[in-house]
Amino acid sequence: MRVGILYSRIRKDEKLLLAELRERGHDVEKVDVRKHGFGLDGTDAALEDCDLVVDRCLATSRSKYATEFCKHYDVPVVNSPDTAAVCADKVRTSLALDDAGLPTPDTTVAFTTESALEAVESYGYPCVLKPVVGSWGRLMAKLDSRNAAEAVLEHKATLGHYEHKVFYIQDFVEKPGRDIRVLATDGEPVAAMTRSGDHWLTNAAKGAETNSFEVDEEVAELVETASDAVGGGLLGVDLMETGDGYTVHEVNHTVEFKALNDASDVDVPAVVVDWLENRAAAEVEVTP
Amino acid sequence: MSTCPECGSDVALHDDLEVGEIVDCDTCGTELEVVDTAPPVLDRAPELSEDWGE
Repeated sequence: MRVGILYSRIRKDEKLLLAELRERGHDVEKVDVRKHGFGLDGTDAALEDCDLVVDRCLATSRSKYATEFCKHYDVPVVNSPDTAAVCADKVRTSLALDDAGLPTPDTTVAFTTESALEAVESYGYPCVLKPVVGSWGRLMAKLDSRNAAEAVLEHKATLGHYEHKVFYIQDFVEKPGRDIRVLATDGEPVAAMTRSGDHWLTNAAKGAETNSFEVDEEVAELVETASDAVGGGLLGVDLMETGDGYTVHEVNHTVEFKALNDASDVDVPAVVVDWLENRAAAEVEVTP
Repeated sequence: MSTCPECGSDVALHDDLEVGEIVDCDTCGTELEVVDTAPPVLDRAPELSEDWGE
């Protein structure tokens, strides 16, 4: 098959994917989205002949729009722009997870520092303030006191891009020093790991220790429901243990898997390419 | 082998180099983007943007 890869930076994740695709004899068209224009009538990017395009854009904004244009050109793309739009926005993710009846951290959105502070006080301390767009644990604030809350809110209101004036406030979840990342293809778990650390943030990008995690029935069911809730695809579903169950706090649509590939016994890029091959075959059946 | 555009030092490169990949200059620490592989050409990598991630 001919596979387009939308990218702006080749991480180790993309190198693993490229190696697996080439090893299986697939034609790979790397499309650096920085070098092309995407018009209503078409693009100079070589997307047209692709059986499937895989969005691996590092920048969320590029991912959202480039996939929209693929859809506009009737080029099959994973993940879909609908999935990207939900996962790229923490507000939309929270709403989708809650709509699906999933356990997810209690969340309030406020548009002024005053109403945000009221929400913070209603949760009590600590609680968490997150940017609505962002990744790798950046710009996350654990608010331990009213003084800290006032300072962070004022900084965001004064210094931030307009998106930082959408205050996303969340109940702090007392997790056991770790969270769980499950990589799934259309809701089917591929591999999972725990990410542990002393810091309240346990992102792999923050240097958390990673260990393989055995997905049980309860987690598998939550992952499948979370995947359906955001539109499916190749996803990284993040969960926290709450003592009496789990809460789903994030779903990532351009999921990184190098840490998971190292932590688990699963050949993650191989399973991902299996899934891509099946998706491409399904597209051929739909559009003969 | 290529040259760091920041400090001019030689930068050792691995065999499976890929356009779009980032390598570090061991001398000055600058993050460099591979813009060509045959022959290898390096440029300063873009700064981290707020919406980068997964």
